[in-house]
Amino acid sequence: MAKAPKVARAHPLAGRQFAGNGVTLAPVDIASRVSLRAEAGALADIGKLLGFALPTRPKTSAAKGRRTALWLGPDEWLITDATNQRLAATLAKAEPAGCSVVDIAHRNTAIEVSGPNAAAALNAGCPQDLRAAAFAVGAASRTVLAKAEIVLLRTGEDAFRVECWRSFADYVWTYLVDAAKSA
Amino acid sequence: MLLIRCPYCEEERPELEFAGAGEAHIARPANMSDISDEDFEAFFFIRENQKGIVFERWRHIHGCGRFFNAARHSVSDKFIVTYKAGEPKPELTDEQIAAVAGATGKSGK
Ligand SMILES: [Zn+2]
Repeated sequence: MAKAPKVARAHPLAGRQFAGNGVTLAPVDIASRVSLRAEAGALADIGKLLGFALPTRPKTSAAKGRRTALWLGPDEWLITDATNQRLAATLAKAEPAGCSVVDIAHRNTAIEVSGPNAAAALNAGCPQDLRAAAFAVGAASRTVLAKAEIVLLRTGEDAFRVECWRSFADYVWTYLVDAAKSA
Repeated sequence: MLLIRCPYCEEERPELEFAGAGEAHIARPANMSDISDEDFEAFFFIRENQKGIVFERWRHIHGCGRFFNAARHSVSDKFIVTYKAGEPKPELTDEQIAAVAGATGKSGK
């Protein structure tokens, strides 16, 4: 059998940074990511493996340590683990209970958007209401940023995490830099 | 921009997150290979295309991903109500219809 080639995992936004106009952009480090689809009957098992209960209300997230679960739909979650542990392998133990665990660590990347004008910069391309009353700290949602689909998580009053597909990263980054310049 | 209430996200969201998916409440025949060409044509091609109240499928494609149904006015483009897939066609009151039948698409709601 042929030996599998070793592939180095490069960050699609390595070395980029931007700060100005009250907006700071920073590539988020490589992390574990899982796309989870689960039936109601599997949620308890997944919660045990995860270490906390999955959020079940729309536009919410739950977190413990550096692990975060984002509600995307009635049976769909995005789970990230910044310590880059083998999250998919851990959660796959719940599959017999009625769920599907797909490792998307290499599909997504993320950008942290922070600063007093962070929401304004995002709203240049994201049509959601990002005022604190509508999108509080911890709120999470799949949405759009201009022509790209993103998942948005509010990590603080003035801080957001933008998850996007790796192949969209250059577009999303460039768009946010332009938006920040005119924020 | 239209604001569309997603019955799964339980709030109004911008139209850019949605995709329309044609007429709602079209039952796919269970005995597809037995039905006549005329019946197949009626199922597959013939649509109401009403001027006025229409029942449509929509998908919150860049949100929760779910298909759902909506009652809407095809002249004013205003939504009357949205409801989860699988739920019956809602009974619409005269007031609800009057509220959307007026001048075309201003608030979009
Ligand atoms: Zn939705």
